[in-house]
Amino acid sequence: MSEQSMNTEATKPPSGLPRWFVFLPVVTLAVIAGFFAFGLTRDPHELPSLMIDRPMPAFALDPLDNETPLLTTEDLQGEVSLINVFGSWCVACAAEHPMLMDIGESGLVRLHGVDWRDPPGVGATWLREYGNPYERIGVDSDSRLAVELGVTGAPETFLVDRTGTVRYKHIGPITPEFWRETLLPLIRELERAS
Amino acid sequence: MRQLFRMFILALALSCTLDTAGLAQTTEPQSPEEIELLAQEVGQSLRCVVCQNQSIENSNAPLAADMRRIVRERIAAGDSPAEVRAFMVERYGNFVLLKPPLQLDTLLLWFGPLIALSGALAAAYIYLRSGTAPSAAAGTDLVAEEAALDAALARKERPTS
Repeated sequence: MSEQSMNTEATKPPSGLPRWFVFLPVVTLAVIAGFFAFGLTRDPHELPSLMIDRPMPAFALDPLDNETPLLTTEDLQGEVSLINVFGSWCVACAAEHPMLMDIGESGLVRLHGVDWRDPPGVGATWLREYGNPYERIGVDSDSRLAVELGVTGAPETFLVDRTGTVRYKHIGPITPEFWRETLLPLIRELERAS
Repeated sequence: MRQLFRMFILALALSCTLDTAGLAQTTEPQSPEEIELLAQEVGQSLRCVVCQNQSIENSNAPLAADMRRIVRERIAAGDSPAEVRAFMVERYGNFVLLKPPLQLDTLLLWFGPLIALSGALAAAYIYLRSGTAPSAAAGTDLVAEEAALDAALARKERPTS
Protein backbone atom coordinates (compact mmCIF):
# COMPACT_ATOMS: atom_id res chain seq x y z
CA MET A 1 0.00 0.00 0.00
CA SER A 2 2.80 2.37 0.83
CA GLU A 3 4.50 1.49 -2.46
CA GLN A 4 1.44 2.54 -4.45
CA SER A 5 1.24 5.91 -2.76
CA MET A 6 4.92 6.43 -3.51
CA ASN A 7 4.28 5.83 -7.22
CA THR A 8 1.50 8.42 -7.52
CA GLU A 9 3.72 10.90 -5.74
CA ALA A 10 6.43 10.42 -8.37
CA THR A 11 4.17 11.26 -11.37
CA LYS A 12 3.38 14.70 -9.94
CA PRO A 13 5.85 17.57 -10.27
CA PRO A 14 7.72 17.94 -7.04
CA SER A 15 6.39 21.41 -6.31
CA GLY A 16 2.73 20.40 -6.68
CA LEU A 17 2.09 22.66 -9.73
CA PRO A 18 0.00 21.42 -12.65
CA ARG A 19 2.08 19.96 -15.47
CA TRP A 20 1.08 22.53 -18.09
CA PHE A 21 2.59 25.24 -15.92
CA VAL A 22 5.99 24.27 -17.29
CA PHE A 23 4.91 25.26 -20.81
CA LEU A 24 3.53 28.65 -19.83
CA PRO A 25 6.77 30.59 -20.57
CA VAL A 26 7.15 28.80 -23.90
CA VAL A 27 3.57 29.58 -24.91
CA THR A 28 3.96 33.20 -23.83
CA LEU A 29 7.15 33.53 -25.85
CA ALA A 30 5.46 31.97 -28.89
CA VAL A 31 2.59 34.48 -28.70
CA ILE A 32 4.98 37.43 -28.43
CA ALA A 33 7.10 36.05 -31.28
CA GLY A 34 3.93 35.73 -33.35
CA PHE A 35 3.08 39.39 -32.81
CA PHE A 36 6.60 40.45 -33.74
CA ALA A 37 6.62 38.23 -36.83
CA PHE A 38 3.44 39.94 -37.98
CA GLY A 39 4.35 43.48 -36.96
CA LEU A 40 7.97 43.69 -38.00
CA THR A 41 7.58 42.28 -41.49
CA ARG A 42 5.03 44.87 -42.57
CA ASP A 43 6.09 47.98 -44.44
CA PRO A 44 5.51 50.93 -42.10
CA HIS A 45 5.24 53.25 -45.08
CA GLU A 46 2.10 51.57 -46.32
CA LEU A 47 -0.55 53.36 -44.36
CA PRO A 48 -4.23 52.70 -44.84
CA SER A 49 -5.77 55.65 -46.65
CA LEU A 50 -8.67 57.42 -45.05
CA MET A 51 -9.63 58.91 -48.40
CA ILE A 52 -11.19 55.72 -49.76
CA ASP A 53 -14.89 56.23 -50.58
CA ARG A 54 -14.68 59.86 -49.59
CA PRO A 55 -15.30 62.68 -52.04
CA MET A 56 -12.23 64.37 -53.38
CA PRO A 57 -11.72 67.51 -51.29
CA ALA A 58 -12.23 70.81 -53.07
CA PHE A 59 -8.91 72.29 -54.10
CA ALA A 60 -7.47 75.35 -55.82
CA LEU A 61 -4.12 74.63 -57.40
CA ASP A 62 -1.76 76.87 -59.35
CA PRO A 63 -1.38 76.44 -63.12
CA LEU A 64 1.79 74.72 -64.36
CA ASP A 65 2.36 77.16 -67.21
CA ASN A 66 0.36 79.14 -69.78
CA GLU A 67 -0.33 76.13 -72.04
CA THR A 68 -1.22 73.21 -69.76
CA PRO A 69 -4.92 73.11 -68.70
CA LEU A 70 -5.36 73.63 -64.95
CA LEU A 71 -6.81 70.78 -62.89
CA THR A 72 -9.84 71.86 -60.88
CA THR A 73 -12.31 70.02 -58.65
CA GLU A 74 -14.97 70.11 -61.37
CA ASP A 75 -12.73 68.23 -63.82
CA LEU A 76 -13.11 65.10 -61.71
CA GLN A 77 -16.87 64.91 -62.22
CA GLY A 78 -18.45 62.73 -64.89
CA GLU A 79 -15.56 60.44 -65.76
CA VAL A 80 -13.28 57.96 -64.06
CA SER A 81 -9.85 59.53 -63.60
CA LEU A 82 -6.44 58.91 -62.14
CA ILE A 83 -4.71 61.63 -60.18
CA ASN A 84 -0.98 61.17 -59.94
CA VAL A 85 0.95 63.13 -57.32
CA PHE A 86 4.46 63.74 -58.61
CA GLY A 87 7.41 66.10 -58.26
CA SER A 88 10.49 66.86 -60.29
CA TRP A 89 12.57 66.17 -57.14
CA CYS A 90 11.16 62.68 -56.77
CA VAL A 91 13.38 59.84 -57.99
CA ALA A 92 10.65 57.21 -57.97
CA CYS A 93 8.49 59.51 -60.12
CA ALA A 94 11.14 59.52 -62.83
CA ALA A 95 11.15 55.72 -62.69
CA GLU A 96 7.38 55.66 -62.95
CA HIS A 97 7.26 58.17 -65.78
CA PRO A 98 7.49 55.82 -68.81
CA MET A 99 4.53 53.86 -67.43
CA LEU A 100 2.51 57.06 -67.08
CA MET A 101 3.40 57.99 -70.66
CA ASP A 102 2.00 54.62 -71.75
CA ILE A 103 -1.19 55.10 -69.71
CA GLY A 104 -1.62 58.62 -71.12
CA GLU A 105 -1.19 57.39 -74.68
CA SER A 106 -3.50 54.41 -74.21
CA GLY A 107 -6.44 56.75 -73.60
CA LEU A 108 -8.00 54.11 -71.32
CA VAL A 109 -8.47 56.57 -68.47
CA ARG A 110 -8.18 60.30 -67.86
CA LEU A 111 -4.81 60.93 -66.25
CA HIS A 112 -4.29 64.14 -64.29
CA GLY A 113 -1.22 65.31 -62.45
CA VAL A 114 -0.58 67.14 -59.21
CA ASP A 115 2.86 68.71 -59.28
CA TRP A 116 3.75 68.56 -55.61
CA ARG A 117 6.26 70.82 -53.87
CA ASP A 118 7.88 72.15 -57.01
CA PRO A 119 8.79 75.83 -57.22
CA PRO A 120 7.08 77.70 -60.10
CA GLY A 121 8.37 76.62 -63.48
CA VAL A 122 10.42 73.66 -62.28
CA GLY A 123 7.70 71.06 -62.89
CA ALA A 124 7.05 72.47 -66.38
CA THR A 125 10.72 72.19 -67.31
CA TRP A 126 10.84 68.63 -66.01
CA LEU A 127 7.76 67.61 -68.03
CA ARG A 128 9.15 69.26 -71.18
CA GLU A 129 12.25 67.15 -70.82
CA TYR A 130 10.56 63.79 -70.07
CA GLY A 131 7.20 64.31 -71.81
CA ASN A 132 3.82 65.20 -70.37
CA PRO A 133 1.40 62.27 -69.90
CA TYR A 134 -1.21 64.36 -68.08
CA GLU A 135 -4.40 65.86 -69.44
CA ARG A 136 -4.65 68.49 -66.75
CA ILE A 137 -2.15 69.57 -64.14
CA GLY A 138 -2.27 71.60 -60.94
CA VAL A 139 0.72 72.76 -58.95
CA ASP A 140 0.58 72.14 -55.19
CA SER A 141 3.72 74.00 -54.15
CA ASP A 142 2.85 74.24 -50.44
CA SER A 143 1.33 70.75 -49.82
CA ARG A 144 -2.16 72.10 -49.29
CA LEU A 145 -3.86 69.41 -51.38
CA ALA A 146 -1.24 66.82 -50.41
CA VAL A 147 -2.16 67.12 -46.73
CA GLU A 148 -5.87 67.12 -47.59
CA LEU A 149 -5.30 63.79 -49.35
CA GLY A 150 -3.06 62.39 -46.63
CA VAL A 151 -0.12 62.09 -49.02
CA THR A 152 3.08 60.93 -47.33
CA GLY A 153 5.40 60.78 -50.33
CA ALA A 154 5.54 60.82 -54.09
CA PRO A 155 4.46 59.21 -56.27
CA GLU A 156 0.96 58.46 -55.06
CA THR A 157 -1.95 57.78 -57.37
CA PHE A 158 -5.64 58.20 -56.59
CA LEU A 159 -8.40 56.54 -58.57
CA VAL A 160 -11.51 58.71 -58.64
CA ASP A 161 -14.91 57.53 -59.90
CA ARG A 162 -17.47 59.48 -61.96
CA THR A 163 -18.93 61.18 -58.90
CA GLY A 164 -15.57 62.54 -57.83
CA THR A 165 -15.22 59.98 -55.03
CA VAL A 166 -11.81 58.51 -54.28
CA ARG A 167 -12.00 54.74 -54.73
CA TYR A 168 -8.41 53.60 -54.55
CA LYS A 169 -5.00 54.88 -53.54
CA HIS A 170 -1.66 53.52 -54.62
CA ILE A 171 1.58 54.44 -52.88
CA GLY A 172 4.76 54.25 -54.95
CA PRO A 173 5.39 53.89 -58.66
CA ILE A 174 2.83 52.18 -60.89
CA THR A 175 4.57 49.14 -62.34
CA PRO A 176 3.35 47.51 -65.57
CA GLU A 177 2.17 44.51 -63.51
CA PHE A 178 0.29 46.70 -61.09
CA TRP A 179 -1.35 48.55 -63.97
CA ARG A 180 -2.33 45.35 -65.76
CA GLU A 181 -3.45 43.30 -62.78
CA THR A 182 -4.92 45.84 -60.37
CA LEU A 183 -5.44 49.34 -61.67
CA LEU A 184 -6.88 48.64 -65.11
CA PRO A 185 -9.42 46.06 -63.83
CA LEU A 186 -10.50 48.56 -61.16
CA ILE A 187 -10.91 51.29 -63.78
CA ARG A 188 -12.99 48.99 -65.99
CA GLU A 189 -15.14 48.03 -63.01
CA LEU A 190 -15.78 51.68 -62.13
CA GLU A 191 -16.59 52.49 -65.72
CA ARG A 192 -19.13 49.67 -65.92
CA ALA A 193 -20.82 50.87 -62.75
CA SER A 194 -22.20 54.05 -64.29
CA MET B 1 -3.96 45.03 -5.35
CA ARG B 2 -7.60 46.04 -5.58
CA GLN B 3 -6.75 49.49 -4.26
CA LEU B 4 -4.05 49.83 -6.88
CA PHE B 5 -6.51 48.89 -9.60
CA ARG B 6 -9.01 51.41 -8.28
CA MET B 7 -6.38 54.14 -8.30
CA PHE B 8 -5.48 53.20 -11.85
CA ILE B 9 -9.11 53.44 -13.01
CA LEU B 10 -9.41 56.79 -11.26
CA ALA B 11 -6.32 58.11 -13.03
CA LEU B 12 -7.69 56.83 -16.31
CA ALA B 13 -11.06 58.53 -15.80
CA LEU B 14 -9.26 61.72 -14.82
CA SER B 15 -7.12 61.71 -17.95
CA CYS B 16 -10.25 61.17 -20.06
CA THR B 17 -12.03 64.14 -18.52
CA LEU B 18 -8.92 66.25 -19.00
CA ASP B 19 -8.91 65.27 -22.64
CA THR B 20 -12.50 66.30 -23.23
CA ALA B 21 -11.81 69.52 -21.37
CA GLY B 22 -9.08 70.22 -23.90
CA LEU B 23 -11.52 69.56 -26.72
CA ALA B 24 -14.16 71.92 -25.42
CA GLN B 25 -11.61 74.65 -24.89
CA THR B 26 -11.78 77.21 -27.67
CA THR B 27 -9.32 79.80 -26.57
CA GLU B 28 -8.49 82.17 -29.30
CA PRO B 29 -4.83 83.01 -29.18
CA GLN B 30 -4.13 86.70 -29.35
CA SER B 31 -0.42 87.27 -29.69
CA PRO B 32 1.92 85.64 -32.22
CA GLU B 33 3.88 84.24 -29.26
CA GLU B 34 0.78 82.44 -28.04
CA ILE B 35 0.09 81.04 -31.50
CA GLU B 36 3.66 79.81 -31.76
CA LEU B 37 3.49 78.20 -28.33
CA LEU B 38 0.26 76.36 -29.13
CA ALA B 39 1.51 75.36 -32.58
CA GLN B 40 4.67 73.92 -31.06
CA GLU B 41 2.62 71.97 -28.54
CA VAL B 42 0.51 70.52 -31.35
CA GLY B 43 3.50 69.97 -33.63
CA GLN B 44 5.33 67.98 -30.99
CA SER B 45 2.41 65.57 -30.76
CA LEU B 46 2.18 65.04 -34.53
CA ARG B 47 4.27 62.47 -36.35
CA CYS B 48 6.22 63.41 -39.43
CA VAL B 49 4.68 60.97 -41.91
CA VAL B 50 7.82 60.89 -44.05
CA CYS B 51 10.44 60.12 -41.43
CA GLN B 52 7.88 58.46 -39.10
CA ASN B 53 9.78 58.57 -35.82
CA GLN B 54 10.12 62.31 -35.42
CA SER B 55 7.54 64.92 -34.61
CA ILE B 56 6.86 67.50 -37.30
CA GLU B 57 8.51 70.08 -35.01
CA ASN B 58 11.78 68.13 -35.04
CA SER B 59 11.79 67.01 -38.64
CA ASN B 60 13.62 68.57 -41.55
CA ALA B 61 11.42 66.89 -44.15
CA PRO B 62 9.75 69.36 -46.54
CA LEU B 63 6.31 67.85 -45.86
CA ALA B 64 6.84 68.36 -42.11
CA ALA B 65 7.61 72.02 -42.79
CA ASP B 66 4.36 72.36 -44.74
CA MET B 67 2.46 70.59 -41.96
CA ARG B 68 4.00 72.97 -39.40
CA ARG B 69 2.78 75.88 -41.51
CA ILE B 70 -0.74 74.41 -41.77
CA VAL B 71 -0.82 73.86 -37.99
CA ARG B 72 0.13 77.52 -37.41
CA GLU B 73 -2.48 78.72 -39.87
CA ARG B 74 -5.22 76.77 -38.17
CA ILE B 75 -4.16 77.87 -34.68
CA ALA B 76 -4.10 81.48 -35.88
CA ALA B 77 -7.58 80.98 -37.34
CA GLY B 78 -8.83 80.06 -33.86
CA ASP B 79 -8.66 76.25 -33.86
CA SER B 80 -7.88 74.64 -30.52
CA PRO B 81 -4.94 72.19 -30.35
CA ALA B 82 -7.44 69.32 -30.17
CA GLU B 83 -9.18 70.57 -33.30
CA VAL B 84 -5.91 70.80 -35.21
CA ARG B 85 -5.01 67.27 -34.15
CA ALA B 86 -8.46 66.08 -35.25
CA PHE B 87 -7.88 67.75 -38.63
CA MET B 88 -4.65 65.80 -39.12
CA VAL B 89 -6.15 62.52 -37.86
CA GLU B 90 -8.97 62.88 -40.37
CA ARG B 91 -6.41 62.95 -43.17
CA TYR B 92 -3.59 60.74 -41.94
CA GLY B 93 -5.34 58.53 -39.38
CA ASN B 94 -4.29 57.89 -35.80
CA PHE B 95 -0.85 57.11 -37.13
CA VAL B 96 -0.14 60.84 -37.27
CA LEU B 97 -0.44 61.06 -33.48
CA LEU B 98 2.77 60.19 -31.66
CA LYS B 99 0.68 59.21 -28.63
CA PRO B 100 -1.97 56.71 -29.73
CA PRO B 101 -5.50 57.48 -28.49
CA LEU B 102 -7.25 55.26 -25.96
CA GLN B 103 -10.03 53.51 -27.86
CA LEU B 104 -11.42 50.04 -28.40
CA ASP B 105 -8.80 48.84 -30.88
CA THR B 106 -5.89 50.24 -28.88
CA LEU B 107 -6.89 48.67 -25.55
CA LEU B 108 -4.37 45.87 -25.98
CA LEU B 109 -1.67 48.42 -26.82
CA TRP B 110 -2.37 50.43 -23.69
CA PHE B 111 -3.07 47.61 -21.25
CA GLY B 112 -1.00 44.80 -22.80
CA PRO B 113 2.04 45.55 -20.62
CA LEU B 114 -0.17 45.72 -17.51
CA ILE B 115 -1.81 42.39 -18.42
CA ALA B 116 1.60 40.83 -19.03
CA LEU B 117 2.91 42.19 -15.73
CA SER B 118 -0.09 40.96 -13.72
CA GLY B 119 0.18 37.61 -15.47
CA ALA B 120 3.83 37.35 -14.50
CA LEU B 121 3.09 38.39 -10.93
CA ALA B 122 0.27 35.84 -10.69
CA ALA B 123 2.53 33.11 -12.06
CA ALA B 124 5.28 34.06 -9.62
CA TYR B 125 2.77 34.08 -6.76
CA ILE B 126 1.44 30.62 -7.62
CA TYR B 127 4.94 29.27 -8.09
CA LEU B 128 6.29 30.65 -4.83
CA ARG B 129 3.25 29.57 -2.84
CA SER B 130 3.22 26.07 -4.25
CA GLY B 131 6.93 25.86 -3.52
CA THR B 132 6.47 26.39 0.22
CA ALA B 133 3.10 24.82 0.96
CA PRO B 134 3.71 21.23 -0.30
CA SER B 135 7.04 21.02 1.53
CA ALA B 136 5.23 21.63 4.81
CA ALA B 137 2.64 19.02 3.83
CA ALA B 138 5.41 16.68 2.73
CA GLY B 139 6.94 17.08 6.15
CA THR B 140 3.86 15.63 7.85
CA ASP B 141 3.65 12.91 5.17
CA LEU B 142 7.19 11.97 5.88
CA VAL B 143 6.49 11.49 9.54
CA ALA B 144 3.55 9.23 8.71
CA GLU B 145 5.58 7.37 6.13
CA GLU B 146 8.43 6.83 8.54
CA ALA B 147 6.02 5.45 11.09
CA ALA B 148 4.56 3.11 8.44
CA LEU B 149 8.02 1.98 7.43
CA ASP B 150 8.99 1.43 11.02
CA ALA B 151 5.90 -0.68 11.50
CA ALA B 152 6.64 -2.66 8.30
CA LEU B 153 10.20 -3.26 9.39
CA ALA B 154 9.02 -4.38 12.77
CA ARG B 155 6.63 -6.80 11.09
CA LYS B 156 9.34 -8.15 8.78
CA GLU B 157 11.87 -8.48 11.57
CA ARG B 158 9.63 -10.54 13.78
CA PRO B 159 9.52 -13.79 11.70
CA THR B 160 13.28 -13.87 11.03
CA SER B 161 14.25 -13.35 14.64
